[in-house]
Amino acid sequence: MLRETVLLAFREIRRNVLRSSLTILGIVIGVAAVITMVTLGGGATAQVASDIAKLGTNLLQVRPGQARRGPGGTRSTGDMFKEDDAEAIAREISGLAAVAPTASQTAQGIFGNKNWSTAATGSTNSYLQVRDWPLENGRPFTSGELRAGKAVCILGATVRKELFGGQNPIGATIRLGNLSCQVIGVLESKGQSSFGTDRDDFVLIPLRTLQRRIAGNTDVSTIYVSARDGVSTKKIEQDVERLMRERRHIASGKEDDFHVRDMQELVSTMTGTTRVLTGLLGAVAAVSLLVGGIGIMNIMLVSVTERTREIGIRLAVGALERDVLMQFLVEAVVLSSFGGLIGIVLGVAAAAAGARLLAVPFIFDPGIVAISFAFSAAVGIIFGYFPARQAGQMDPIEALRHE
Amino acid sequence: MNTTPSEQTSKSPLIELKGVAKVYGTGLAAMHALRGIDLRIDQGEFVAVMGPSGSGKSTCMNILGCLDTPSAGAYLFEGVDAGKLSRDQRALLRRNYLGFVFQGFNLLNRTSALENVELPLIYRGTPTGERRACALRALEAVGLIGWETHTPSELSGGQQQRVAIARAIVTNPKVLLADEPTGNLDSARSREIMEVLAAFNSERGITIALVTHDADMAAYAKRIIRFLDGIIDSEEQNGGTA
Repeated sequence: MLRETVLLAFREIRRNVLRSSLTILGIVIGVAAVITMVTLGGGATAQVASDIAKLGTNLLQVRPGQARRGPGGTRSTGDMFKEDDAEAIAREISGLAAVAPTASQTAQGIFGNKNWSTAATGSTNSYLQVRDWPLENGRPFTSGELRAGKAVCILGATVRKELFGGQNPIGATIRLGNLSCQVIGVLESKGQSSFGTDRDDFVLIPLRTLQRRIAGNTDVSTIYVSARDGVSTKKIEQDVERLMRERRHIASGKEDDFHVRDMQELVSTMTGTTRVLTGLLGAVAAVSLLVGGIGIMNIMLVSVTERTREIGIRLAVGALERDVLMQFLVEAVVLSSFGGLIGIVLGVAAAAAGARLLAVPFIFDPGIVAISFAFSAAVGIIFGYFPARQAGQMDPIEALRHE
Repeated sequence: MNTTPSEQTSKSPLIELKGVAKVYGTGLAAMHALRGIDLRIDQGEFVAVMGPSGSGKSTCMNILGCLDTPSAGAYLFEGVDAGKLSRDQRALLRRNYLGFVFQGFNLLNRTSALENVELPLIYRGTPTGERRACALRALEAVGLIGWETHTPSELSGGQQQRVAIARAIVTNPKVLLADEPTGNLDSARSREIMEVLAAFNSERGITIALVTHDADMAAYAKRIIRFLDGIIDSEEQNGGTA
């Protein structure tokens, strides 16, 4: 019986191809819009998350001065850290993978007749570890080079490209400001961050080299701290804050003159924002699904009126109220599900094209496809029920008399 | 069975109307279509109902066909009061015991003759293969073999009515109700239809109740009942010319 009902529904739909197509257009557009929006939004979220993850996982940044409070907020300065602050963190706080004291100065990089303004970043090998940044070529610093502040450097991918082009820079000597230093390694490229800055535009040199030969002080501007896997960054953040307050002699009740930034927190804030936006876009798109449902109800009501005589005949030969109701309900559900399927195909295609256009990853989410399909079928049931019930409750005599 | 012992004790009535009245509308606008009909039809009878327009014969037919319920009185079908059945129970009664033939044929458009005949079997839940076989046999019985794939618009009026008859008898009903089945046909086609109906009555023992204006058609029946203004005016036995 159900098989016959479904076959009958397909036949009725085929009989009115144009009308059926127009009827399901609303559902098609609704489903396609929902899938496109949610898929693109998901891609953008993943993009932001992976961008931030590229800064290093389980990473904390400790900086002097107070955290920015809201956009345009002022930031009171605090004394710079020294190298022994980083040593104290590494010594006294447990659960750490690496601690990298870092300082930075802008400097002119010169090789041959090439010239590139970049940043000279002084740190240790731990920097590569906390930033999760592998060498493409060459070697890291030796402990002797670090201790003695030797004139050696590791190039970021951008600097290497600007100064050397296609040549192998290992072993070459470049000028960095007033310093002549030998290139011992090249970093892999991380590309642009989602904030638009080029992460590969710097030269890494030993911290002491930077302090003595370029900056002329012993300041450390940022201490990167990375937690061991499975260790809560929250706990380490608290430990670092307590230790620094102690070392900087901050009386209780007074505010910190430094701040600790948790990358994990940044990830969740940023992805949270894009997720909310995705949800909103999806909700707007879902409204068009509702409108599509009303279109189906409209056409089903017309169809029931047009087929009054047929309904009368069916009732006369012994169809029950629910047989007729089912017939029209199945027709509405088949229509809306079909619209849902077309919408899924269009939506996935549009999302794939949109992802390429916006340069975000295309992440196919079977969940949203399943939900969209179920929703479109549900729209058929909800909006098809009223016309179908009208059909089932017709008086057979009246229906047979209908011209 | 609810047989009245004094009458025809040998045969229990298939259909019995007891004081059936039907009123449409209420108050001053009330229209009394039937004003108390007593009628019994036995298994295997061929009854023609005649009468002028508005005499209540179609209303009576709708009640007999369980498409309508009486306002007063009782309609007993095999002893069961059909007037007190629910809508769905009456649909089941139609599905299992009754067949209809209408003046306007009432076939499904754009649907082949075969599928039109299959329709009542679909609601009975007959499996596809058996359904097809039954429908073909019914079409054969009305002389329409070779026309099964044609849609009503491709068939003549007489052929359409024969498809309708095939649809009515495909379920082997106890009663076939025909409401002016020849009303839209010329006299030659009408006679053909009547002969088909008379054959089902005599060969298969299907009880037939026929509404007609035409005395020539009524002549095929074994009993003629005349309606006038919502009551039975007269009743006569007929040899049956078929």
